[in-house]
Amino acid sequence: MGLYAALIYSDEKAWESADESVTNDVMDGHNKFGANHGATIRGGHALESSTTATTLRRGSNGDLKVSDGPFAETKESLGGFYVIEAPDLDGAIKIAQDIPMPFGSVEVRPVRVFD
Amino acid sequence: MADRTVAAAVADAHRTEWARVLAATVRVTADLDLAEECVQAAFARALVAWATGLPSRPGAWLTTTARNVALDELRRETRWRTRMPLLVEEESAPSYGWGSDEAIEDDRLRLVFTCCHPALAIESQIALTLRLVCGLRTAEVARAFLVSEPTMAARITRAKKKIAQARIPYRTPTVAELPGRVTAVLQVVHAVFTTGHASPGGDELVRAELIDRALGLGRMLRSLLPSDPGVAGLLGLMLLTNARSASRTRDGELVLLEDQDRSLWDRAAIAEGSELVREALEHEPPSLYALLGAIAEVHDRAPSWGDTDWAAIVRTYDLLDALWPSPVVSLNRAVAVGFASGPDAGLRMLEELAADPQLATYPYFAVARADFHQRVGDVRSARLFFAEALALTDNQVERAYLERRLAALDA
Repeated sequence: MGLYAALIYSDEKAWESADESVTNDVMDGHNKFGANHGATIRGGHALESSTTATTLRRGSNGDLKVSDGPFAETKESLGGFYVIEAPDLDGAIKIAQDIPMPFGSVEVRPVRVFD
Repeated sequence: MADRTVAAAVADAHRTEWARVLAATVRVTADLDLAEECVQAAFARALVAWATGLPSRPGAWLTTTARNVALDELRRETRWRTRMPLLVEEESAPSYGWGSDEAIEDDRLRLVFTCCHPALAIESQIALTLRLVCGLRTAEVARAFLVSEPTMAARITRAKKKIAQARIPYRTPTVAELPGRVTAVLQVVHAVFTTGHASPGGDELVRAELIDRALGLGRMLRSLLPSDPGVAGLLGLMLLTNARSASRTRDGELVLLEDQDRSLWDRAAIAEGSELVREALEHEPPSLYALLGAIAEVHDRAPSWGDTDWAAIVRTYDLLDALWPSPVVSLNRAVAVGFASGPDAGLRMLEELAADPQLATYPYFAVARADFHQRVGDVRSARLFFAEALALTDNQVERAYLERRLAALDA
């Protein structure tokens, strides 16, 4: 078995201007996903909007620089993630395809194992 | 036994048995790189061992030898191995599988479906299939796709790493997944064939090696998935298209279908291809390749260019347009209409496609516009579009053809 991160990217503007019924559907979708795949879900969180993000960076002299906003401004930004357990990529895809993705996509990445 | 006979037998086995031997060895190593090394070692040993007599079943000899080499390597735990997760085999996922359908449980299918997994980029799928299923050397794969050997080596390594690290399983898809996964495999085989049939660049129009490999893959898939209509359609299409290969060039120069010597066409390939396409067309809805094969068949069966059943070709393009609309289908349909109903009708349809961004850089679109302008007597526009096509074409044989057409306009 392997661990995979399912990273949920979405268009925040579309999400914010969406009808309440749509956001309710998405919440329902996540609840259903949790109920149906609970045994394989190892963790996960929804994230606040990227406008709340703060980026830290070390300058060339080692000084910490703190700035407002996400690391990269993109149309779709990371809105949340799950960590799931699956025997292989096909198994992970089978699980992750049930994650709601109305305004974007889900990126599946294997979790790196150090041994 | 003469060295040349042994070398020829080994080369022959390399062509026909590579996929089977590698696929079986991967089952032992669970590691594509190690399996490749062991299979190469087995072929090297064959050069020596077969000098005292050829084995009755070369494939079985090679498989046993490669697997023994692999077991030795695995026992020698001192072997330097990059710590990479091993390939995931079906055993670790018992919920998948084919149950009673044993015909499907051929290791070569696992290999093909792993190489053509949709989580890999299509260029990687093609490269891996040629390297691992067909046994081409990296340098050969690089040459076929006109990239440098280090570039191709990096592409293949990256793809193998993704298979190992993302745990793309070494197994055949489930029945539910099969249609989509077969489509991915057929796309790869078709891409290999079309790259061989009309090389996008270089000095030769045709790369016979790639065509042979694509046909070999098609035949292998046909034997492994005998009831799949897409497989039958694609193999039929490839046979029907390649049946005309002897007449496509004359003294190194491109000859259009219109001017080809039809007595040179391979009648046996046409008969076999027709049979396959007919079988594929019985399936509803017809597969993309069955319809493309049906069009190729109309050309192959026409006794002359003038006797071509253009109405049948237009009807098939209508169907293609309904099921798989694409700018290229629209282009080919317009050309067919031009031959069925006259160049004015064809030209009108072509002009409607002029705004399409994908066709804007597609050389065959410019050629079609040039040709129909010439047919209606508009030499000035014809010259313009032949020049445009020339600017978009890298293949030397096609460039020479376009230059001849341009020169003929001025004559």
